[in-house]
Amino acid sequence: MKRTVWRRLDTVARQMVPCALTFLLLLTGAVPLHAQALQAVAPSLPLIAVFYWTLYRPDLMPAVCVFFIGLLQDVLCGLPLGVGAGVLVCVHAAVDTQRAFFIGKSFGVVWLGFAVVAGIALLLQWLIVCAWYGTLVTPEKSLFQALTTIGTFPLVSWVLLRCQLSLLEQA
Amino acid sequence: MPAAFKSLVQWLVYGVLVVLAGGLILLGKADAVLVERVRLQVGDAVVPILERLSQPVDGVAAGLDRVGRWTDVTEENARLREERDRLLRWQSAARRLEAENAGLRQLLNFVPEPGATYRAARVVADSTGAFAQSVLVNAGTAAGVEKGQIVLTGEGLAGRIVGVSQRSARVLLLTDLNSRVPVFVGTSRVRAILAGDNSGRPKLVHVVPGEPITVGDTVVTSGIAGGFPPGLPVGVVGSVEDQRITVVPNVDRDRLEYVRLADYDDPLANRPTAHNELPGPPKAVPSSPGQATGAR
Repeated sequence: MKRTVWRRLDTVARQMVPCALTFLLLLTGAVPLHAQALQAVAPSLPLIAVFYWTLYRPDLMPAVCVFFIGLLQDVLCGLPLGVGAGVLVCVHAAVDTQRAFFIGKSFGVVWLGFAVVAGIALLLQWLIVCAWYGTLVTPEKSLFQALTTIGTFPLVSWVLLRCQLSLLEQA
Repeated sequence: MPAAFKSLVQWLVYGVLVVLAGGLILLGKADAVLVERVRLQVGDAVVPILERLSQPVDGVAAGLDRVGRWTDVTEENARLREERDRLLRWQSAARRLEAENAGLRQLLNFVPEPGATYRAARVVADSTGAFAQSVLVNAGTAAGVEKGQIVLTGEGLAGRIVGVSQRSARVLLLTDLNSRVPVFVGTSRVRAILAGDNSGRPKLVHVVPGEPITVGDTVVTSGIAGGFPPGLPVGVVGSVEDQRITVVPNVDRDRLEYVRLADYDDPLANRPTAHNELPGPPKAVPSSPGQATGAR
């Protein structure tokens, strides 16, 4: 009896891994790096995490969770509230509908898919922010952020894969 | 059928969430105060986690800095000696000017600037990105921080507090798109507004045309409009092209780790204005020394 309770707790804890990891990545991205040039173009880690988990474990990364992660991102990154949340929900919707295409494809195809999604997401974010401020915000930093995000995708998704294999798939 | 139903529900959820996000964006435009309060409350909740997370990063940064310094210690020593000589010369000049200034102030019956109280805080979150230039510090209302306080480092003005919650406060940096600081430029004290544009080099706007501004001119706060006390060093003019004058801030953004939050008694309230308190030209020079000391 006791064991089943523990086991259930264990399962619940494991199921929270994707959301918790995304949350952790978000906070990691907000830590001051003492290098402004780096900070401004630092990759959008939550975007990678949301893409990864929606693709491989959509059951553990619900849209509502994505929404709140996006909201927290807005709060921490000083974006107008709702921008990151809306964009991440759109990413979730896009990936979820294209899952059938991505599953089973080589990593290169997934990476390319991510590049397209990330590019569109950051462009959308930039457009909304420009409209919100009513001025043309310099696009270079968004562009660099898109490039660094795409560039770090293999590394971050490798870390997430390790976590997935060790924490989720064994049970 | 269940699959179709499930997908319908999923799309419904997406629709609701996107509408909610759009509503929040519009709400942020309509009721900025409410949204800022929510923002600060959430910030407050994650500050303890961020403090923990930023400690190892700070440690690594400090370690790298130390290693970097070991490698050029002789060069740095020479540079510091040179700097010390230069500063000693400046010190004697400053002492002389200070004495002269005190004498002249007394002569003019000048109302002194209100003093400031300082509080130190650590930067725990950096939201410098493509769209915003602000940082979160780990001191809030519990430590006496208030909205509008000035944020300084050893080098000069960094920004100001735009929102406070119990344990944290948000600092709007000079470089943010929303930052506007009234300044004086150069020795001729040309009036201008320093406007951030999210790049590392804020620009000067509302400069009177034809006023001489050259590269290397110092930029200090003017204290006009009362938001900032006058005379705080801000930066130097970095480039001058036709319509665009950029400023290199004194504060090194990369090293923004500890900041001082200065609480000036409302500078506008205590400062003389042109209409009433400032002694007019005819009665500017006090007739007796007693009057001069009384004003101080």
